[in-house]
Amino acid sequence: MPTATDTIEALTERDYEYGFVTDVEQDTAPPGLSEEIIAFISAKKNEPQWLLDWRLQAYRGWLKMVEPRWANVRYEPVDYQSICYYAAPKSDDDRPKSLDEIDPEILATYEKLGIPLKEQEMLAGVAVDAVFDSVSVATTFREKLSELGVIFCSFSEAVQDHPELVRKYLGTVVPRRDNFFAALNSAVFSDGSFVYIPKGVRCPMELSTYFRINAMNTGQFERTLIIADEGSYVSYLEGCTAPMRDENQLHAAVVELVAHEDAQIKYSTVQNWYPGDKEGVGGIYNFVTKRGLCEGRRSKISWTQVETGSAVTWKYPSCILRGDDSVGEFYSVAVSNNRQQADTGTKMVHVGKRTSSTIISKGISAGEGQNTYRGQVRILRSAEDARNFSQCDSMLIGDRCGAHTFPYIDVANPTARMEHEASTSKIGEDQIFYCNQRGIDTEDAVSMIVNGFCKEVFRELPMEFAVEAQKLLEVSLEGSVG
Amino acid sequence: MLRVTDLHAKVEEQEILKGVDLEVGAGEVHAVMGPNGSGKSTLAQVLAGKEDYEITAGSLELDGEDLQEMAPEERAHAGLFLAFQYPVEIPGVGNSYFLKAAVNANRKARGEPELDAMDFLKLLRERATLVDVDEALLRRPVNDGFSGGEKKRNEILQMAVLEPRLAVLDETDSGLDIDALKTVAAGVNALRAENRAFVVITHYQRLLNYIVPDHVHVLLDGRIVRSGGSELAHELEEKGYGGFDGARAEA
Repeated sequence: MPTATDTIEALTERDYEYGFVTDVEQDTAPPGLSEEIIAFISAKKNEPQWLLDWRLQAYRGWLKMVEPRWANVRYEPVDYQSICYYAAPKSDDDRPKSLDEIDPEILATYEKLGIPLKEQEMLAGVAVDAVFDSVSVATTFREKLSELGVIFCSFSEAVQDHPELVRKYLGTVVPRRDNFFAALNSAVFSDGSFVYIPKGVRCPMELSTYFRINAMNTGQFERTLIIADEGSYVSYLEGCTAPMRDENQLHAAVVELVAHEDAQIKYSTVQNWYPGDKEGVGGIYNFVTKRGLCEGRRSKISWTQVETGSAVTWKYPSCILRGDDSVGEFYSVAVSNNRQQADTGTKMVHVGKRTSSTIISKGISAGEGQNTYRGQVRILRSAEDARNFSQCDSMLIGDRCGAHTFPYIDVANPTARMEHEASTSKIGEDQIFYCNQRGIDTEDAVSMIVNGFCKEVFRELPMEFAVEAQKLLEVSLEGSVG
Repeated sequence: MLRVTDLHAKVEEQEILKGVDLEVGAGEVHAVMGPNGSGKSTLAQVLAGKEDYEITAGSLELDGEDLQEMAPEERAHAGLFLAFQYPVEIPGVGNSYFLKAAVNANRKARGEPELDAMDFLKLLRERATLVDVDEALLRRPVNDGFSGGEKKRNEILQMAVLEPRLAVLDETDSGLDIDALKTVAAGVNALRAENRAFVVITHYQRLLNYIVPDHVHVLLDGRIVRSGGSELAHELEEKGYGGFDGARAEA
């Protein structure tokens, strides 16, 4: 009779299901980083002088910075001179106007991932700005959005078509020398998404970008900027899977959000990058800076993330609550299985009066995975009557994994109300046995128990994404209880 | 239906069951009574296949099939149901969602078509009415935040929905006030049927006033020391388990 433990082991040891490599000729820069390379990137993208200067300033700042080591993760040092900082599909000069013009192989890659753009266009009502490596290859629904004045395009296009907006907002939330990885990104960012929602407009559809890392040895440096003008609303989805590969890949993205008075931004991520094999070899390093500025009164920014991939994750989507009565939310599920390491959490900085923030973090560790929640709540002196509620729950699957919680609370105003709850539980043999006794096998039981644990986060995700997230969770936990 | 022969079982090197014989026929209700530590709950867990318990000798058969060869979920598929003494909480998993998954897992294993949401809801409502369980309970997460009484009622509801061949009730009466006890007993009585058997494990005779057993067995120190009709329960009530020490010596 197979025991629950055996079955769980078998589940955890499954291989990554979305591993494959698409062969598309790349127009790549030589490996290494220098002012010449930055000039090459900037020239390739036909950027104005001010942006090149901006990149170079970031680069010069980065040179003086030291790679941070405080995160609770261990990895081989990154050789920044062996990375290619630019790659674009050959068809770059001839940007496609519709999906028909897109390299069939690229489309096939999407098909394999189960995200056929055409069907999504028609069925899901999702406008997709697909980032294939560094250059956007498909932008849909643009016309419909433009009727409302919504701008949804690749970052490069925004630089060409809306330079005044890019120049006004770029680096205002994450300064170009904010931290080591943000500075690196600012110097060499390749592409990403740009969104502008005009005053009073409620964006009628979920805006979605699928990222994919697909060029061998090419670090990818996304830059995303979302601006919600007064009284507007937007929900943005970011999701990705990656092909299997042998070498560690650095991913250092920067996402900046700005919410003006009464505006609301909902940013959801499902992240499934290659986590490495069972020994942790070949996985992606995901060092991301995501920050939102609640600039105006009563503005609101919600981050929801489901992190199942990457070998090493280092990510703290944060909110600066500057406007009075503004609201910040962070909902997170982070899974680390096998040798995966995740150090993730959030920062909520309360500046304005009556600002409030909510943090719900669910960490799941399995195999030999290490999962760390690191969160900071800062109540500045100016933040009268601020409130925070934090809940950090960890679930351990098996006895070789670890869960760690580092909550930092920094209160400079005595009127603040702070609540912090934390729990650590082990997925119980008792729970599994209870399910077994009702006729449910161990695999389904584990997936049911874990999904239940994450429910408060999943219900914050848009419907289609929630389904995908549950599926991903099942795949990533295959092989993990004890 | 159920045949337990000379069953020996141990947990963490300690022998708990020291030769239990029990035979339960279809349509029968058997009560197994005994004091704390006599092995009552071990018997229930061993029947359901909990892996912490090691069977060192003897056999377990359900409808002629060797239970030891079957995983816990396979025993469930074969019609074995255990009402837990301490029902387990599964936060975030809806009670009705859980039950639907269970019903369909069993149906699938038995080669029956799975129930769709509508058919399942119909079944669930009907059974909830039968065992007098408030529908509000169905919308809450499995046992999470339930009172002791609610948890036990929920076990009875699950039993009613899963329609087992053999239901083992492990101290379902413990921690219940008299009203809850009556409700639970009424639920069990409503489910009594010719093709279904019950093994009611209890410390106290009280429950047996409401679920009248066909047979009563006294379990002491890992052995059944005496078996009889329902009158045996009343005898126990008067004399206490101390009165059976002599019987144990004889056995």
